Amino acid sequence: MKDRRRFLELLATAPSALWLAVFFLVPTVVVFAIAFKPTSPYGGVDAGWTLETLASLGNPNYPSILWRTFWLSILTTVISIIIATPVGYFLARVRKRWRQFLLLLIIVPFWTSFLIRIFAWKVLLHPDGFIKEGLVFLHLVDGGTSLLYNAWAVLLVMIYSYLPFAILPIYAAAERFDFQLIEAARDLGARQWQSFYRIFLPGIRRGLLTAVLMVFIPALGSYLIPDLVGGPDSEMLGNKIAQRVFMDRNLPHASALSALLTLAVLLPMTAVLFLPGRKGRPDLMTGEEK
Amino acid sequence: MKRSRVPLIVTMAMLVFFYLPIMILVINSFNASRFGSTWGGWSLRWYLRLLHEREIWYALKNSLVIAFSASFLSIVLGTTAAFALHRFASRLQKAHYAVIFAPLVMPEILMGIGLLLFFVALGVKLGLFTIFLAHVTFCISYVAMVVLGRLQDFDFSLIEAAQDLGANWWTATWRVLVPLLMPGIVAGGLLAFTLSIDDFVITFFVAGPGSTTLPIRIYSMIKHGSPPLINALSTLLLVVTFAAVWFSQRLLEVRK
Repeated sequence: MKDRRRFLELLATAPSALWLAVFFLVPTVVVFAIAFKPTSPYGGVDAGWTLETLASLGNPNYPSILWRTFWLSILTTVISIIIATPVGYFLARVRKRWRQFLLLLIIVPFWTSFLIRIFAWKVLLHPDGFIKEGLVFLHLVDGGTSLLYNAWAVLLVMIYSYLPFAILPIYAAAERFDFQLIEAARDLGARQWQSFYRIFLPGIRRGLLTAVLMVFIPALGSYLIPDLVGGPDSEMLGNKIAQRVFMDRNLPHASALSALLTLAVLLPMTAVLFLPGRKGRPDLMTGEEK
Repeated sequence: MKRSRVPLIVTMAMLVFFYLPIMILVINSFNASRFGSTWGGWSLRWYLRLLHEREIWYALKNSLVIAFSASFLSIVLGTTAAFALHRFASRLQKAHYAVIFAPLVMPEILMGIGLLLFFVALGVKLGLFTIFLAHVTFCISYVAMVVLGRLQDFDFSLIEAAQDLGANWWTATWRVLVPLLMPGIVAGGLLAFTLSIDDFVITFFVAGPGSTTLPIRIYSMIKHGSPPLINALSTLLLVVTFAAVWFSQRLLEVRK
């Protein structure tokens, strides 16, 4: 009986585990291996091993790009959390009928094409778009400034894209939070903001932590957003990887940069896997906590 | 006791922030004028123009072939994965869960470049088939998570009842478990389908000549093409996405 159960487990685990081992784990390792391979003149990878690619990472442009990738991701995370926390609080307290409707509205962007959502902002921030014309009308900017193709546009669209990832875990934690604690704090004389800051925030800290990682990790790997709404001086690490692949066809170099990015996301990724445990992750379909 | 209005205001402002760009895009797709800033009256002209764009139809066909095949295979792999994760609690399942969960957080560009280098190293020709393999890889995790969520609501005494009544394990699975889980499986499949049909980054890395998908086509139109056509095309894709979300919500409601 025990053997049979073990056999059943293997039978049910093998298909997905093997598939992901071959098409997810092996490719991640390959990224590290190819960084030590020489480039072939035809844009492929040659035999033998070399340290040349690693040496070329000393490119003087890279420190500034790494720094920009880092601060844009940090700012995106901080602002997303600041917006998502009151939203999670509101969702947890609002009446059930409303809550389901609002959750649906928050989940829809999850399902919507990333490309289209970025394009929509490109239209909105366009020099002929109404935001620009409105700002010019109010004399907040002059006609010559471009709202697009700079780091602020990248930051704005990053927040827009990654905010839903912050709301769901915070909401899941807020839903389990006992709001009577806040009332108790108020009864004992705490001010409104004190009860929020000293009771609510510590009570949802696991949700906050998950939210931080769920925004920060994908943000570090942003490529499409700076590619479409950023300019030459707002490039991120992802853009450099794509340029090495599609423009100079230097795969070992692209792979060295990707290995760097993988190392940068590995630590927060392990944290997200092991810290919050299996419970309390928001449901992808309904946003409810499972 | 007075409650703060700040959470309400932030939530409403956030919803405006979420939907304003999308709404402007949809409205502009019906704008007869070529330029977004001037309103030329309501018109379907950009939608009619789409009909004549051969490359779009070709890309759509590729996208549909991949989305159907990738979501089908990922339903099978994702559902068995969810079943294993739910039914067994062992060290193996902990590792299994980690490998299912990791693709959900991994930046897309890293999955894309990893697969590209992997295919190059093996000498696999890039094209529709490599896109299919890549899409199955990221869809498995989403399907598994959705089905796992449904399994947690599932009453396993029903399986035991079937077995007490003489059904063997196979019959109990196929005649009781799978039909009752069907709404969750279909919802997971719909999610996989929309993710596949919408994916750009990973697809772009593993696509070869002639394997243009709809998002790749849209990307090159954004880079060099005419915005009104993209508005119309995007609106159509949004309609498909909204329909899929609505339908899967209905499916999951019926179960409750």
